[in-house]
Formats: sequence, C-alpha cells, structure tokens
Amino acid sequence: MKVPISWLKDFVNLDGISIEELAHALTMAGLEVEEIEYVGLPMPTGRQITKLSGIAWDREKIVVGEIREVLPHSNADRLVLCRLFDGQKEHTVLTGAPNLFEFKGRGELKKPLKVAYAKEGAEIYDGHQPGFQKTTLKRAKIRGVESYSMVCSEKELGISEEHEGILFLGADAKAGMLLADYMGDAVFNIAITPNIARDANIYGVAREVAALTGRKLKAMPVKVKANGPTIKGKVKIEIQEPELNPRFVLGLIKDIEIKPSPDWVQRRLRLAGMRPINNIVDATNYAMLELGEPLHAFDYDVLVERAGGKAPTIITRLTKKGEKLTTLDGIERKLDEFTVLVCDTAGSLSIAGVMGGAETEVTEKTRNVLLEGAAWNFINIRKTLSAQRFSSEAAYRFSRGVHPAMAPRGIRRSLDLMRQWSGGVVNQGLVDKYPRPEKPSVVEIGPEDARRWLGVELSAREMAAILRRSEFQVQTKGKKLMVTSPDYRLDIGEGVVGKADLMEEIARIYGYEKIAATRLRDEIPPQQSNHTLEIEERIRDLLARMGLQEIITYRLTTGEQEAQRLPVGIAPDDKPYVRLLNPISQDRVVLRKSLLASVLEIVERNASLRERIAVFELGPIFHASEAGPLPDELQRLVLAISGPRGMSNWDGAETTPFDFYDIKGMVTNLLNGLGLWDLHYEVGEHPSFHPGKCSKVMHGEQQLGVFGELHPQVQTQYDLGSHPVEAASVNLDLLYEFVPERFDSEPVPAYPPVLEDLAVVVNEGTPAGQVEMLIRQTGGKLLTGLSLFDVYRGEQIGVGKKSLAYQLTYQHPERTLTDEEVAKLRERIVKRLEQELGAQLRS
Amino acid sequence: MLESLEKIKREALEALDSVQDEAALEGWRTTFLGRSSTLMLSLKQLGSLSAQERPKAGQAANEVKQALEAALEGRKAALSQQRLQQSLGAERLDVTLPGRTIPLGRLHPITQTMRRINAIFAEMGFQVYRSRDVETDEYNFQLLNIPRHHPARDMQDTFYIDDGTKESSVLLRTQTSPGQIHAMREFAAQDPKNPPPVRIILPGMCYRYEQVTARSEIQFTQVEGLAVGEYITFGDLKGTLTDFAQRFFNADVRTRFRASHFPFTEPSAEMDVECFVCHGAGCSVCKHTGWLEILGSGMVHPTVLRNGGYDPGRHSGFAFGMGPERLTMLRYRIEDIRYFWRNDLRFLEQF
Ligand SMILES: [Zn+2]
Repeated sequence: MKVPISWLKDFVNLDGISIEELAHALTMAGLEVEEIEYVGLPMPTGRQITKLSGIAWDREKIVVGEIREVLPHSNADRLVLCRLFDGQKEHTVLTGAPNLFEFKGRGELKKPLKVAYAKEGAEIYDGHQPGFQKTTLKRAKIRGVESYSMVCSEKELGISEEHEGILFLGADAKAGMLLADYMGDAVFNIAITPNIARDANIYGVAREVAALTGRKLKAMPVKVKANGPTIKGKVKIEIQEPELNPRFVLGLIKDIEIKPSPDWVQRRLRLAGMRPINNIVDATNYAMLELGEPLHAFDYDVLVERAGGKAPTIITRLTKKGEKLTTLDGIERKLDEFTVLVCDTAGSLSIAGVMGGAETEVTEKTRNVLLEGAAWNFINIRKTLSAQRFSSEAAYRFSRGVHPAMAPRGIRRSLDLMRQWSGGVVNQGLVDKYPRPEKPSVVEIGPEDARRWLGVELSAREMAAILRRSEFQVQTKGKKLMVTSPDYRLDIGEGVVGKADLMEEIARIYGYEKIAATRLRDEIPPQQSNHTLEIEERIRDLLARMGLQEIITYRLTTGEQEAQRLPVGIAPDDKPYVRLLNPISQDRVVLRKSLLASVLEIVERNASLRERIAVFELGPIFHASEAGPLPDELQRLVLAISGPRGMSNWDGAETTPFDFYDIKGMVTNLLNGLGLWDLHYEVGEHPSFHPGKCSKVMHGEQQLGVFGELHPQVQTQYDLGSHPVEAASVNLDLLYEFVPERFDSEPVPAYPPVLEDLAVVVNEGTPAGQVEMLIRQTGGKLLTGLSLFDVYRGEQIGVGKKSLAYQLTYQHPERTLTDEEVAKLRERIVKRLEQELGAQLRS
Repeated sequence: MLESLEKIKREALEALDSVQDEAALEGWRTTFLGRSSTLMLSLKQLGSLSAQERPKAGQAANEVKQALEAALEGRKAALSQQRLQQSLGAERLDVTLPGRTIPLGRLHPITQTMRRINAIFAEMGFQVYRSRDVETDEYNFQLLNIPRHHPARDMQDTFYIDDGTKESSVLLRTQTSPGQIHAMREFAAQDPKNPPPVRIILPGMCYRYEQVTARSEIQFTQVEGLAVGEYITFGDLKGTLTDFAQRFFNADVRTRFRASHFPFTEPSAEMDVECFVCHGAGCSVCKHTGWLEILGSGMVHPTVLRNGGYDPGRHSGFAFGMGPERLTMLRYRIEDIRYFWRNDLRFLEQF
C-alpha cells in the first residue's frame, strides 16, 4: 500500500523523525516498508533502510516561480513565453504547456501563477520520454529564443505521469522558496500482511506510528457538516443475508456539481496510486484510502426513477441462478450463487463489495448522490473475487476484512469531502441497518503470559500501558488485565488464541529487539535414530567416493518427456500419472514416475559439453494410489555413467569408455559398502536397457535393482553422443529393509595365505558366475579369496571357448596350510569344474 | 720392507685417483688388494723376516692395507654419489605440467547446505523428521490455521493435484510445515495426557505455483524447525536462531528480529543477519541495507498446537523455516536460482 508522508502528517506529528527512521520503525514492527519513493525530498546516501526510488529535487535549482505575464511566441503558435520571477530576478521561460494558453496576451496577471521552476542544470524527469528517465536541463536555442530553464509538469517532477500541462501551486507558495520545502514528499510502499489488514489505510498507519513513537494521534476525521433535511424516508434498506452482510449504511448528498477535484487532492490520489476521476468518485476513494472503508456512490435520481418515482429500497441478497450483471467496466458477468448482490426493487445494482453496475453509476449529469458503506463477510468476498478474476483497491480491503464500525465513519468522511469539493448539501443522518453487531473480544491476560510466551518480565501496569498505546481498553483486576479490542480490529480472538494475539501486540510495541535472547532450557525430547536418512546419507557418501556427482532434478515433468526413456513402440506402464490440476507451464504437468528419465535428461544436457559423465540422484517417484487420494511416494536411486573411465590427461592415460562392468562394479561396491554381501546377479529385462547387457541384482528372492547399458534406440532418442550410457536403478524402499544395522568384523589372519592361479577353459556359453560359484562352493571355508584376473579367447584354445584365469587365496584361520592340503583342495575344484561344466584345466 | 710398503701405498693411492667407474675400481682392488697383489705378497713374506723386524713390518703392512681399504670405500661412496647425482639430473621433470585429474565425486550444493543445517541443529537436540511431498489441503493449510479462502493463502500459490473434484483437496506441499502436524500428532499419541517435548527439523522439497525466474522456482527445498515444550519462549527462539546463524555464518554475526506474519505462528518474526559481505556497511548483496533476510519464525499458534495434540494453555513452542537455496546463494554469491535443478556439471563441480 502506498502511503505519502505528507498525508500521514495530517494525523501524527513527525517533526524530528527522519523518513528513514520512520521506515525502520514501521518495518521492525511488522509494517514492512518495501520501498521508499522520493518525490522531491532529499534521498539519503550510503546505507539504506530499504529499496529507494524516485527523485530528489535539486535544492538550489528547483524553486517556486511566479509567472507574471504570458506572452505569445512570435513564430510558434504552440509555444508561449513566460515572464517569470524566481524570487531574485525575472527570466523569460519558453513553454508549450496548454494550460498556460488561456493567460496568453492578458498582460500583467493580477494573480501571478505559482509554478515549479527548474533552473539550468537541474535534474528532472524527461517529460517526452516514456516512463521516468532522468535528464539534466541544458541551455538551448528553440525557435530563435534562448532557453535555459523551464516550468515543470507533474511528470517532470516525478509526482505523477501527468504531462498535459504544467503544475500550478497554491497561493501560499512564495516565489524563491525551495520546491522541496514547499511540497517535497516521499511515499512508503508498505506490505500489509493479513494480520494487520486494519492498517490498509493512511489513518491506520498513522495510528501505528503514534503507538510506536509514543506521539499523539489526531482524532479520526468523521465530522460532517449536514445542512440538508433528514435522510429519513428517502431510502430503505433490506438485508437478506446478515451473516454475509452484517451492516449496510447509506448517506445522501444533494445538489452536487460534478467537476474535477482540487489539484492537491488529485496529486494526493496519484501519489497513493489512484487515478483522479471527478470530485465525487475522488471523495469516495480519498475516504477509502484515508480510513479504509470502501464506498460506493449511486446516482440517487436513477434509483428513484427505477423505483417509479418513490423512495428506493436497497436490498442485499444472494445471486439467483443464472443471474448476470453488467459491471462498470462494461463486462457482462456470470455470477455464482454464493455472490452477494446489492439490488433495488427493479433488479441488481452492483456486486457487493467488489464492483458497481453500469446503470446507476455517477455520471456528468448526476446531481444527487446516495453513498453506500457496508460490511461484508471477507471470505465470501474472496470467493467472489477469485471466481470473477477481479481486483481493485476496494476489493483488496474488503477481502481482508473491514470492521463494520468503519462503515458510517467512511460515509461521513466522504460526504463531507463531497460537500467541500462539489458544493452539495448533505442530508442529515444516515440510514443504518446493523443486524449482526460485531462484538469486541475481551481477553484476560497477566504478567505470567508475557513470561511464558515471550520470556519477558512485564508488570500488569506496563502491559496495560503498551496495550493502551494501541487503543485497547484495559481494566486491571489485581494482576489480571481485562483487555477489550478497539472497534476497528477483527484480528483479536477469544481465549488462548486472544492471548496469543495480545502477546503479538505487546511484543511488537514493546519491541522485539528488547526481548533478551535466551537458550532453550526445556527438556530435550527422547532421541531416536533415523534409519532411512542415515542410509541415504551413506549412499551419497559411497557414490561420491566412487567419483559420482550428485544431482537434484525436477520432480515435475511430462509423460512425453518420460516416454523418451523407452524405445519407440514400447508402451510405458499403465499406471496413471499424478497430474497437476493447475500446471503453470507445459513442461511440468505431472509428477514423475521415472527417476531414470530425470537423470537421463541431465546426462543429455551435459553430454554436449563433456565426454565423461558420472552422476546419481536419490529421490522419490510418484504412483497414483488406489488406496486413497495421496499417491505412493517411492524412493529410488539412479546412477548413470558415460564416456571415458578416467579423466583425460596430457599423456593419454586411461581413456577407455565406461562399460557394463563399470556400472555393475559400482552397484556391487555400493551394496557391499552398505553391508550387503549376499548378492547375486541374474540376467535382467528392462525396456530401457540393451537386452543383452542388462542384469538385476538380487538379495535372496528380492530384486534390489536393475542395471545395464542403455538400449541403443533409447540412446539415440536422447542427444547423448557416441559413448553408451550405463545406468542403474535401485529400489531404496526395499534396500532400507535389508541394510543391516551392524555386522561382525573378521580377525586379520595370523598365518600366511597360500596364493595360487587357476585357469580353466569353458564353453563360451558358460556364465563366469557359474564357474565362480562352483569354485567357491568346492573351496569352502578354506578358500578365502577368489578373483578373476583374465578372460582369454583365441585360437590357442579353440573356437567357442574361453579361458577364465582366477587367483585363489587359501587360508586356515589357525595354522599354515600344508602343500598337500592345498593340492587336494585344488584337485577337488578342478574335478568339479570338469564334471559339471566340462571345463579343462589350462596349463 | 718398510720402504716398499710406502711405495705400494703411494702407487695405489695415485692409481685410485684416476679410477672413474665401478669396473675400474674392481680392477684397482684386484691389483692392489687382491690375493696376488704386491701388498698381499708382502704380507705373506712377513714370516721370512727376523723376530725383531716382524712386528714392526707387520704393523706397517696392516696399516697400509687398512689405508687402502678405507680409500677404496671412500672412492666407492664418492662414485656412487656421483652416479646418483648424474641420474637425479637426468630424471628432472617439468613440474609445471598439470597433475593427473582424479575423478572426484561431489554432493549437490543443496545437499551440502542441508547437511550443515542438520548438523548444527542436531547438536542442539533437533532431530530430522521427514514427511511426504504430496499432501492434503487439511495438513498443508487448514490444520496450520489457514482455512480455505483465507487471505494467507495469497502468500502461497499452490499446485493442486487433479483428484477429480473441482475444489481439489490434494496438493503439492507449499512448505514442510505439514510435517509439524504429523510429528506432533505422532509424538502426542505416545502419551496423549502428557505429550513429550518436540524438537525436530523438517527438511524437504516444496512446490509453489510460480514462474521460474532467476529469483523463483516452482520447486525448492525448505528446512523448518519446531520446538514444543512447557518452557519455551520467544526469547528462546531468538537465542536458538542466533546461535544457528553464528554457527552457519560466522561467530560474531549480528542478528535482528522483525515483526512479521505467518498464520501458523504468533508472534511471528523474520530474522535478518548482518550482511557478511559488507559487515553491515551496505553493498549490492544486501541491497545496500546491511542486512540479509534469512528465515521466518514465530511462536507456534495456539490453534496449531491444539491441532497437533498439545494444550496451548500448558505447552508453548517456536517454529522457523528457511530456504537452503537462498542460504547457498548468499554463501557462494550465486545469482540465479535456476542453476540448482539445471545440474550443469560446470556449476555443480564448483562445490
Ligand atoms: Zn552487504
């Protein structure tokens, strides 16, 4: 909300407080000043309180000038020359301002025109450029006349976007005065959070300033000079839904003349971010900005006409099915059945609290104005606003809640402004229906509450004093305070909630910075371990140790994006996606079902920039659940590697590419690292992987994961370069169940091991895993190590054969093995391989 | 005899001077100390001398032998030293050639930040509590004192899940706060009449309906904290979070608490820390204010305590929430939040 400092000063004396101090005090108390827009006043240098913008009027070069005569320009119709006095001497100033033309050729003006005069070298905004761009006044010759200074428009001074004519100042402006002293201003842009909706107006902010600084707040301007007859009998009110419309108030002003508001009013409205329309509309907006009560002006005569010449009855009710209304903006609106309408006996007039209808609006011809001020259920207003996709200053306030007590106040203020600005006569009294009076909340608090919630020792008297500064009524009963909320606040609850509300108020006014920081002295809760988190963190560490980079990707994607991980023609599983109701962009519409797809996207993104990629991600995938509205969130781990195994170096070290056995090694390492040794591998089947280069890793009967080389077709569906991508996907939910909490270590053998090589020739089709299994089974406990160190194919051993060379480690825990023992064991192993696999010992 | 010994010694030492390699040295040894060398022959001849001459000549011969042996060793050492020097010179590397790059695995910067946050709070007795990404409207909003159509909902634009109804009740959590209710209810269920104290932090991925820009993301991580007990005050909130800031940033960083509003806490506060780039003087990182906004916090709202199964008349607590992305961006002066999920390795490998 925009708050001009000059307007605040109507209600609280700010002498001796700088703009920046004020902004700081408000910000610390929860009225965050998001920006200070300077309109003439000097801007601070160095450290800032908040974001600063705007312009500071040059203290020497922008002054009040007085135009004494307006002369025609000899060879330019659209320009005039002004004889201007700047307090020291006269200048001739060239201008094209149309609002000076009427003074052209009148000779010496009886009442000199007071204007803003910018001297040579002054910094102003360029009136001819779109937006606000600063420029410096330079000496120039225009149509034969020397020009070095100018009279300024509002835009040139940064007051508004108005550049049609120059700004006229009041008669109180003295030639030579610094313009910044006369009318320099600054505008706070304050973020109004829902709990301080009451402050969404100038008076509300002034009230906070008074409470925070201990200064006196001037009375709310709600007096109206009503010289007309009584309003009684001129209009009736009927409220059909008191819960949605707890109060409805009307006032009447007659014999007004529609015209522009006074200049200072227009300027103020613009500073506060509203466009001036005419004196009547401006008076409703001005009162709303000042006091926070949105108002609506009807053309009274149109209402009388619609009522057949009789006193109109204003009815508030819910929308009927299919009912429509053409609003002020010319749009015919379909209305929902929860929307409240303001109507008369002839039909609907406006959407309650949101927008007026076209037919009864104030026009040039309006002479008599009926002014509405009301209270609406703010939740219902919000529903209407979101249904109508509409916002306005009035709706902004009603949708955050305005206390019903503000309705007559707003009306009185506005009627009096209309009277002053339009020459109308206000009818005496108001028509006021208030079927659901808002009860003030009464909360009992005491010093123990401040101690318990805030950790502050305050006496009952101190607490009462703080609350009274915020206009609460406080009665003391010994150490207890009975606190009644003021009649503009809707945010104070009952009971323990009310206590919390008052604690907030006390803390804010007392000052958060005065509350001492302490350390928790409450009991520490029972400590539990977090098994899954611990495993996850171990997985991250293990994979990073293996040289993989962790990535974190979007969990939102599209079905098409994910389908890329499967060869064309292979349908994804038929599990439905978890779909967003309101996606914000086309590429993020569902929750992912495949972590592999997320990771491959990242591999693709990096593939054009580097050859070697080794990444992993740990995170959820989402499956719609049949059991309930919430999907299953399944934890997965995906690894992907591609490109040279080592980093490229200047001497051409290891650069062979990653292959299937690298990803297998990583999976094995990882699972071993987690304490899972009892694993076996089977041929795997997964549409994303090469059918001949895919394996699943099993723990007993359970499949912990699948890995392999990406299917060549999938490889080409992504832009992945020439190196095959090797990937693995692990089911973490399952893994969590099997990772042991602990394991037994083994003693380091005290006796020397016997190492022996064994090479056997087997058929090409015999899996190495089977050979290994037989060796291990036969070797039993004495065989403590087995590693394959060579696989050979070649003429020497014949076509269709392969040689597997192992190193075997024999070890007895309690003694040195004899040569005979080892030889016997070896013989048994060889015999078994010969018998079961037809293997031949290779010499 | 003595003279001839002296001569042998002189000739041998002279010859040794010109020995330049191991082979020549061996030749020298054979010539001057070998079985058939003059010296050895002389020693054998000692027996033929008279008993008077023998000891003197014997002693002299031995002295010569020892002198030659010592010279031999000396020469040997000198030669090996010389050879070492030569090879050291020949083995000289260009030490300015780059070292071999070893593939180094790293954790995502957000994981690193999360771990720091978790570790600091763990030492203060806060344990990690995790909950789901997809939540109900009830847990994400209503139980946290944010009814439907409440103005506070404006502060959090929400992705709803298509659940087949017009007003969906399933959504992507906009904050990790639903975990506060899950946790409190879980703990309170252990002993409903006398619920145990709570001290947890809740890290996780959250989502907001926002355009992706350099400053905002549709997906972001959050770490919330919650402490509930019988003696927890706003002063404790200030102290605990200041302790955190001083651990996370630096030991003498100043903090300040500004009044703010969150529907689930009251009173609420934003914590700023003094800008660690300019130390409060004002710079572009802190937008010239000298302060950096770090986290939101407040005393748990009585309604939220009650919804969690705790009696607001007896229990109190504080809660806070912070964004690891923002903390990471400030710490490493990262200008664009989109870097995090874009996962360009050139970015990730910097951490
Ligand atoms: Zn700074």
